[in-house]
Amino acid sequence: MTEENPTIMRKMLVVLFLLSASAVTAGAQSSPLLLNAAGATFPYPIYSKWFDVYHTAHPNVQINYQSIGSGGGIRQLLAGTVDFGASDGPMSDDQLAQAKFKILHFPTVLGAVIPTYNIPGVTGELNFTQKALAGIFLGTITKWNDPELTKPNPGVNLPNSDIVVVHRSDGSGTSYIFTDFLSKVSADWKGKVGTATSVNWPVGLGGKGNEGVTGLVKQTAGAIGYVELIYAVQNNIPYGKVQNASGKFVKADLAGVTAAAASMKDMPEDFRVSITNAPGPTSYPISSFTWLLIPAQISDGAKRDAIKDFLKWMLVDGQKFNEGLSYAQLPKSVITKESKAISLIQ
Amino acid sequence: MDRAAPRRFDGGGPRAFLHRLRHGDEVAHVLTLTFAAVILLLTSMLVYELWVNSHLSRIKFGWMFFWTRTWDPVFDNFGAAPFIYGTLVTSIVSLVIAVPLGLAAAIFLSELAPRRMSDTISFLIDLLAAVPSVIYGLLGIFIVVPLMRTTVGPILINTLGHVPVLSQFFKGPNYGVGFLTAGIVLAIMVVPFIISVSREVLLTVPREQREAALALGATRWEATWKVVVPWARTGILGSVFLALARALGETMAVTMVIGNDPKIAASLFAPGYTIAAVIANEFTEATGDLYLSALIELGLVLFLMTFILNGLARLLIVATERGGGHPS
Amino acid sequence: MSRLLLIWRKSLNVVMLTLTGVAAFGVVAVLFLILGYLVWNGGKSLNFDFFTQLPKPVGETGGGMANAIVGSLKLLFLAAMMGLPIGLMAGVYLAEFGGKTFAYIIRYTTDLLNGVPSIVIGIFAYSLAVLPVKHFSAIAGGVALGIMVIPITVRSTEEFLRAVPGSLREGAMALGASKWRTIATVVLPAAKGGIITGVLLALARVAGETAPLLFTAFSNRFWSPGWGQPIASLPVMIYTYAIAPYDDWHRQAWAAGLVLLALVLIANIGTRVVLSRGGGGRSA
Repeated sequence: MTEENPTIMRKMLVVLFLLSASAVTAGAQSSPLLLNAAGATFPYPIYSKWFDVYHTAHPNVQINYQSIGSGGGIRQLLAGTVDFGASDGPMSDDQLAQAKFKILHFPTVLGAVIPTYNIPGVTGELNFTQKALAGIFLGTITKWNDPELTKPNPGVNLPNSDIVVVHRSDGSGTSYIFTDFLSKVSADWKGKVGTATSVNWPVGLGGKGNEGVTGLVKQTAGAIGYVELIYAVQNNIPYGKVQNASGKFVKADLAGVTAAAASMKDMPEDFRVSITNAPGPTSYPISSFTWLLIPAQISDGAKRDAIKDFLKWMLVDGQKFNEGLSYAQLPKSVITKESKAISLIQ
Repeated sequence: MDRAAPRRFDGGGPRAFLHRLRHGDEVAHVLTLTFAAVILLLTSMLVYELWVNSHLSRIKFGWMFFWTRTWDPVFDNFGAAPFIYGTLVTSIVSLVIAVPLGLAAAIFLSELAPRRMSDTISFLIDLLAAVPSVIYGLLGIFIVVPLMRTTVGPILINTLGHVPVLSQFFKGPNYGVGFLTAGIVLAIMVVPFIISVSREVLLTVPREQREAALALGATRWEATWKVVVPWARTGILGSVFLALARALGETMAVTMVIGNDPKIAASLFAPGYTIAAVIANEFTEATGDLYLSALIELGLVLFLMTFILNGLARLLIVATERGGGHPS
Repeated sequence: MSRLLLIWRKSLNVVMLTLTGVAAFGVVAVLFLILGYLVWNGGKSLNFDFFTQLPKPVGETGGGMANAIVGSLKLLFLAAMMGLPIGLMAGVYLAEFGGKTFAYIIRYTTDLLNGVPSIVIGIFAYSLAVLPVKHFSAIAGGVALGIMVIPITVRSTEEFLRAVPGSLREGAMALGASKWRTIATVVLPAAKGGIITGVLLALARVAGETAPLLFTAFSNRFWSPGWGQPIASLPVMIYTYAIAPYDDWHRQAWAAGLVLLALVLIANIGTRVVLSRGGGGRSA
């Protein structure tokens, strides 16, 4: 055995050496500027597009964005492990107070959340009143042929079967937007459940991610769930119209989302605003901004310049990519205000 | 031992040689002990971190945390009961399926199958252990869940749903996701551990044991079940603990097929939630210190559960060891 | 009477042995189903780009997971470097040197550690290796995975060292070898097969872990130079792509799953070939 030991040892050493050599050299390059960011999943597709295009235009700047969730983005930003964060819901006053440094909100795109359903025998688009959605997700409306549902849908044959509610099991910005809407249209919801990325859902199954929710809805007869607009469009799943504050039933599309944003009269200085249930006949009621969270003071000069430059790019060139990925562009007024706010980063 | 050894400070000759021998052993003892102690250190640090970071939640809820059934992040009311229930139920279901299946397969592979077939199959089964949880989750969604909803579920409800005591556990409605589905997916995930380790252990049972039994007139099965398996008992139980540990902490695959509903229900077809799944789902988004602290307290609770279950399992080993077999 | 008993025993024999065969083939069938599904769905999107390109944003085809493949390799390497020595040495301690109480405590603790959910380990590694330096890194990921490698390694090392018959040890000692020399040159090689199985099982397990990497290695759209930067890995990519709403990404997720499995397979075969050449097989 002892004579063969050296051979084995040698072989093992060779293998180990090769492994470590390739591992190290695979990464060796001249070092570009690497920025790390984390946060919302809702805008991940457009962010990944933007950072990629920006990198092609500025090869020495790499922005590494990971969608770990809005809450995750806020936490990592507060902990200082990322250079900037992203969130579908604006930071609360408490959260901002927790930060050791000032944080600025920069809206990036607009998106929508839609109700998707699977009712055997029903192929058309359903109209959902605000009361209906609140009642369904509260668990007070339990059958598809409830009057609240049949009234706005006269020609549709809604069956006398149970409604199976599907919501998100993971904490998400999509849930935040949806519950924000429900809190505004139903005092019951606001009192019992509230607005957050994760709530105590009165009824329903939990699916993980948009995929999970869609999967469950597709497979379960009589199911209803809420997902991002872009996801419904890309996957061709049916979704209904939602009644807005003016009483009209609106099907989610980019125009309706932009209308909701435009209807907002005063954009606050810090850009923290909710546009669910926005006024206006064409506004889609479950719309929302999503924000980048940037520290007001960045000590690393190179990083600061890169972030500021990216923001400028995003407000002009970046917006051109929105529609292709089913996100709405920011209204002009917001863009102008934001461009000024960039100078606040020092 | 008459050698021309160089003069040492501790004397030369035979005594010095023996001294060096013992010294080497001492070094080995201390060295390995240090590494073993590192494990203790790591685990203590982990528990410490869990304890410290769950402080807010422990203070606010106290012992009520264990049986509160609500989980409300908006109104800051948190309880662990539904998650403890879900973790226990899914783990038990998975073991009930995986242990007989795994042990039977291991017996086949070690006793009956020709060596090469056994090695190949065993090798393939080891591959199952490498499949990432997420893939199990996806397969769960695309295969197991529809199967449960359309075929297996109705069959079970129509048969066992009418048996007096069992009917409690097999009631509809049946969405396809739920405790049973999660248990099945978990069973598939842990069975490779049971088979792999049990097979290896069964193979180490000395041939004489088997041959003695056969010589006394036992059938193949009797020799295996009454002599070989008991001999390998400790190792097999060890593999079951590995499996149990995996089942308790499994995250991704479970969350995709369990329904993620924090409720306690008797029926195995009802949706549920486990501790690991809720931590994975909500940790990244948990803003608010109490919320985060409650999630970490759940981690601590899971730790406690593992602690207790391991203790019970160890008692089981001691009890079974009384009957002889491979000394531990 | 004894005739009946004999018939009963013989039939039981046949039935039970058949059932064990059914069980074994049942498990294998499940495996083939899983592999088949993976190969079918993943094979469709495996192409040269997958292995050589960096990820592309949504809507653009031709992206790949080259950085994630290398990333997973680097992370496994780190995990092995950090976790295996501890696991192996501790296993040796428990089997060869352990007293009653301390050894019992160590074993218990190891089982405990094994049961900690991977995401809790990730949180622990986060507070240990990320917060102090304020950035995510491959090393932090290696720490998290390394911790997970330890329990399985310890248990199988101990188990298979114990399985080495006393006669081998006594024989060595009778020839004048000291305890540590016996362990190193006789016992360990004899238990080699089982120990390797345990090590491979442990590495296979952590190769597919996602949760512990989310807060430690983070992930990276680009190449990760050295060991101190966030790094992409196959499991995290699968997770991200699988819950995304894009078919193209789903296909890539399946492909990544297939590649991950293939990597583990290669590692498995390779290690066995290299080490079995050196002699030393199973005891008994």
